[in-house]
Parts: sequence; C-alpha cells; structure tokens
Amino acid sequence: MGLVVLGLAVARGGIPVLDGLSFSVPTGSALILRGPNGIGKTTLLRTLAGLQPPLAGTVTGADEDAAYASHADGVKAPLSVTENLAFWAEVYGRNLPQDVFAAFDLEALRDRAAGTLSSGQTRRLGLARLGVIGRSVLFLDEPTNSLDAFSVRLFADWLRDRHLAAGGIAVIATHIDLGIDAPILELSPYVAAPDASGGSDEAFL
Amino acid sequence: MSIWEYANPKKFVETTTPLLPWTFGLAGLCLVGGLIWGFFFTPDDYRQGATVKIIYLHVPSALMAINAWLMMLVASLIWLVRRHHVSALAARAAAPVGVTMTLVALVTGAIWGQPMWGTWWAWDPRLTSFLILFLFYLGYMALWEAIADPDTAADLTSVLCIVGSVFALLSRYAVNFWNQGLHQGASLSLDAEKNVADIFYYPLLACIAGFVLLFLALVLLRTRTEIRVRRIRALELRARRAEART
Amino acid sequence: MKALILRDLRLAIRAGGGFGLGLAFFLIVIVLVPFGVGPEAAVLRRIAPGILWVAALLAALLSLDRIFALDHEDGSLPLLATAPLPLESVALAKAIAHWITTGLPLTLAAPGLGFLLNLSPAAYPWLFGGLALGTPALSLIGTFGAALTVGLRRGGLLLSLLVLPLYVPILIFGAEAARRGGDGLEATVPLVFLGGIALGTLALMPFAAALVLRINLR
Repeated sequence: MGLVVLGLAVARGGIPVLDGLSFSVPTGSALILRGPNGIGKTTLLRTLAGLQPPLAGTVTGADEDAAYASHADGVKAPLSVTENLAFWAEVYGRNLPQDVFAAFDLEALRDRAAGTLSSGQTRRLGLARLGVIGRSVLFLDEPTNSLDAFSVRLFADWLRDRHLAAGGIAVIATHIDLGIDAPILELSPYVAAPDASGGSDEAFL
Repeated sequence: MSIWEYANPKKFVETTTPLLPWTFGLAGLCLVGGLIWGFFFTPDDYRQGATVKIIYLHVPSALMAINAWLMMLVASLIWLVRRHHVSALAARAAAPVGVTMTLVALVTGAIWGQPMWGTWWAWDPRLTSFLILFLFYLGYMALWEAIADPDTAADLTSVLCIVGSVFALLSRYAVNFWNQGLHQGASLSLDAEKNVADIFYYPLLACIAGFVLLFLALVLLRTRTEIRVRRIRALELRARRAEART
Repeated sequence: MKALILRDLRLAIRAGGGFGLGLAFFLIVIVLVPFGVGPEAAVLRRIAPGILWVAALLAALLSLDRIFALDHEDGSLPLLATAPLPLESVALAKAIAHWITTGLPLTLAAPGLGFLLNLSPAAYPWLFGGLALGTPALSLIGTFGAALTVGLRRGGLLLSLLVLPLYVPILIFGAEAARRGGDGLEATVPLVFLGGIALGTLALMPFAAALVLRINLR
C-alpha cells in the first residue's frame, strides 16, 4: 500500500515551515525531496519518522516499519565497524547479514575502530546500518554527504537493487543526482505562509 | 462560558488589567494595617518579649513559600494536560516570587532564632526543609533560563516541578527522621485550640491576607510581562518570516 | 536492552575513564577529607559514614552528563528513539550501565576505603547495604536529570543543580543507616526506607526520563 501523506503541516521550533503537503510513495519506489537550505526538509523527515508530531495531516504506512537516518551517523568511535553494525542488528532483533559489508565496501575495514575511519568511510558505515536493520520505509536526510562519486554509486546501487527491489520505500532529501529513477518533490510551493495557523505562538498573536 | 476562556493570553491580559491595581492596593492595605497593628498594638509575649513580633513576617512568608510551589505544581499539571500557555507562564512567573518568600522566611527565621535559640541557624527539620525548597526553586528557575524554545522549556520545567514535588515531600519526611528539631509547632491550624493567642492571631491573619494578595498581584504582573515577552517574540518571528519571503 | 547495556559498558571501558575515573575521584575525596578536618581518629570515625556517602554521591554525579550527551552529539539518540526499543527501556538501560560503571565499583570499594577514615567496624555491613540499595537510585534519578538537560550546552553545571536536591533523601537515609550501624544501633529502618526509594525510582524514573527525552528530541 506504500506511504501516504495527506495534508501534512510541520513545524520547527513551534513555527510552521511547511503546509499542505500531500503525496504518496508506492512500494518499491523512492521520492526525492528538493528545496533550498532551511526550507524544512529535515523537519519533514523527522516528522515522517515520528520523532516530532505534525501540526496537521496524517502519515500512514510508516510507523512500525520506518527507519530514520539523520546527517549525523550515530557511529561510536571506540567500537569497531562490525561491533557498530552488530549493535544495531541486535537492537532491531536481527542477525547481522554478512553481505552488507560488501554492499557498502566495508569488507577491508571490518575490524577497524570506527574512530579511525575517514569521514566518507564513517558515512558508509552509517548508511550500512540501513542494510542491517531491515526496515522497509527509510527516511534519509542527505545520505550522500561527504561521499565520493564511487561511494554514491555504491549507495545508489544498494538502494535500487536491494532495498527498492525488495519492495522497500525511501524518502530522500538530497541535492545531488543519485541516479535512481524516482520522482522529485520540490518543496518550495509548500512553504507555510508567515501567518499560517498551528504554531505554538499562535495564542499570543 | 467556561473558566478556560481566561486561559487565552489576550483575554487574560484584558481581564487582569482592571484587577491589578486593586490587588496591589488591597495587598498594601492589609500589609500596612496588619503590620502596624501587630507591631504597635499588641503586647509583648511573656516569654519571647518583643521578638515575637517577627511572626507577622515569618509565618506569612513561610506559608507563601510553600503555597507558591503548590501553585506552580498545579499550573504545571494544567499546562501538561490542557496546554494553556498562560498556565505555564504563570508557573514561571511564580517561581521568583516563591523563592523570595522562601528567602524572607529563612532570614526572618534566623533573626528570630538568634535570641530564642541562641543561634542564627540550626539544622532543624523545618529550617532544613526550607533550605531544600530554596534549592528546588533555584533549579527550577535555572532550567527555565537555560532552554531557548519556550514550549520545550515549559514542558521540561513542568515535569521537573512534578518530580521535584515528590522528592521535596520525601525530603521533608527524611529530614524529620534525621533530626528532631528546635522549631515550635505550627502557629496556625484549623482547629483553633492550638493556635496562638487571639491578640496575636487577628493581626497575623491580616498579614497573611496581605501576603496572599501581594503574591497574587506580583504573579499577575509577572505573568502579564511573560505574556508580552512571548507576544513580542512571536511578532518578531512572524515579521522575520514575512521579510524572508519577499 | 541487553545490547544497549553491553554497548555502553564496552564504550566506557574502551574510552577509558568509565570504571576508573569515578573510583579515582571517590578515592581523592576520601583522601582529601582528613587534610581538611585533621587526622584525629575519633573525629574521622564520627564523620566517616557521611563523608563516604557524600563522596559516592559526587562520584556518581561526575559521570551523569555523559549518559546521554555522547549519544546526542553523534546523532545516535534520534536513531535509538526510532528503533523498536521503547525509550523507557533506553533510559533504564542507560541507568543500569551507569550504575555498573560507577555505583557498583563504589559500593564494592567503599568498605575498603572506610579504613582510611577509621570507620567503625560495625558500620561496614550497613554502609555496604546502604550503598547497594542507594546507588541504583542515584543512577536512575541521574538518568532523569541527564535526559532533562540533554540538548543544553552548559548542561553539566545545571545538571548538578537539578539532581543534587533530588539526592537529599537518599543521602539522609543512607548515611543514617551507616551511622546507626556504627553506633551499634538497629539500622534496618533507614535501610528499608532506602530500599523503598530505590524501588520507587526504579518504577517511575525511566518513564519520567523517557518523557523528557521525547520532549527534548522533538
């Protein structure tokens, strides 16, 4: 049935930023979010992932199956690459799939402490978490930050061939072309009006 | 027409505008009247002498110190359940008044204690409890100051107020267990037999009324200030957003 | 939950300063006290239970702000919040990990360090029992405080201001138990109170901590 969003309005710090968003993402496909800095892409993704309540509207098809990846990786520097991934596998109650190391080019880094990785390698480790936890609806915030062209292609391949091909869904905020065949949602038309209702300051105006 | 209508900030400010001078006036009247009556027209206590007269400041401020915290607790619960901004801001507004009352109670207590017990400070259960209450007030106010987003601050301080209340109560009994005190029993209670003599009682009542009204007036004033601060913030933010769009 | 506890323990060991730091701090406080109050054995014996308890409290406080701060900085906290593990369990796991790294070693070391302060022999079982019951409560309350101040830049200082008043009842009952025990009196009553507080915080604090975490993550 996929992800269905109806009349969604989201707020950052109690101020409405996006208003009247409606879209749906069928299973096995992705959606790219575009918009200038500060428009509320992160806020939208956090709301979709259930980290903050929406001002209005509904999100269906996400709650139990969703995973969120922020632009921070959540990687623990003192732990090795394998330990980092094994931790998330256990939290999600799964076994650590061995093919994930190859998919994210971490094979050679398995036993390195995550603190000694370069920022691109750390990012790959952060993304590999998505391959470990087995969630079907992914909300990705700038997943390709600090990745080189090769790694971007690696990630796009994983997303297309493993995740989406298995009936997964992905909503991605990104500025670069991932090379995935996905519709693009431009957020600029949905910017909330300065007098949009629902903000926490509303009672004071 | 329900009482929650007054929880709207604008309505609250409108309603309290005519009330404010009356509350201040009445508070002043009760305080001046009660204190003059108490200081100049009551006899000295046969045991405590003239020092007893500090009771007119000590008892009402101690009473308000606790009641201010209770009011903050109720306001916090209302905010968490019903999300009325005025309630959260009233709790915030009451804290500095409450902490001042606590300080007044502690200082007047010390001044009273010196001639009576021969010491400015004793680790007596009541005194200690008030000192702990003072610390709770400080923590509560510090948390309000530390958080930038007003709604988050309101939520977090409300939870702190509730958790703090539980632990304040716990401390009260723990402290009783820890040390039997010097402090005399309650000066006032509802069953009148145990109360202080009538001649001290009526001016004391006037002073208590004065302190309650003063607390009310100060909290109203401060709540109105907080509401206006929030309103200015909201207007500025809206103006900035409108500017950014053009 | 087990995974989270194990991860936090592993982090504490690898990053250093997990087990050792709190214990070293505890030791230093104990060593400094006689310099402050004088070496007289009778005086030290009188104040030993209180000093040991206050030192344990401060040592527990020392590592509180790290409970959530590290996870907040590297972005694991929102990831944990969206994981199938409820936040209440996250808070409880964090408290348990904190207790194992600070409370447990302190409990084990305190009777040993009691010698330095000339603690009366009869007080040892009561000190140990009190710490065993009290330090979990310290960690649980501290987790709530850490959750309250998680996003704040100068959270550490504020954290102590918020948490220390909450520690008052535990300190009173804990030190009282050790003192009464040392005087050869019956000390089960304060110990039972302490156990009650520990159970109460165990039941309620994870929920309060999860509540404020959710607010802070919003």
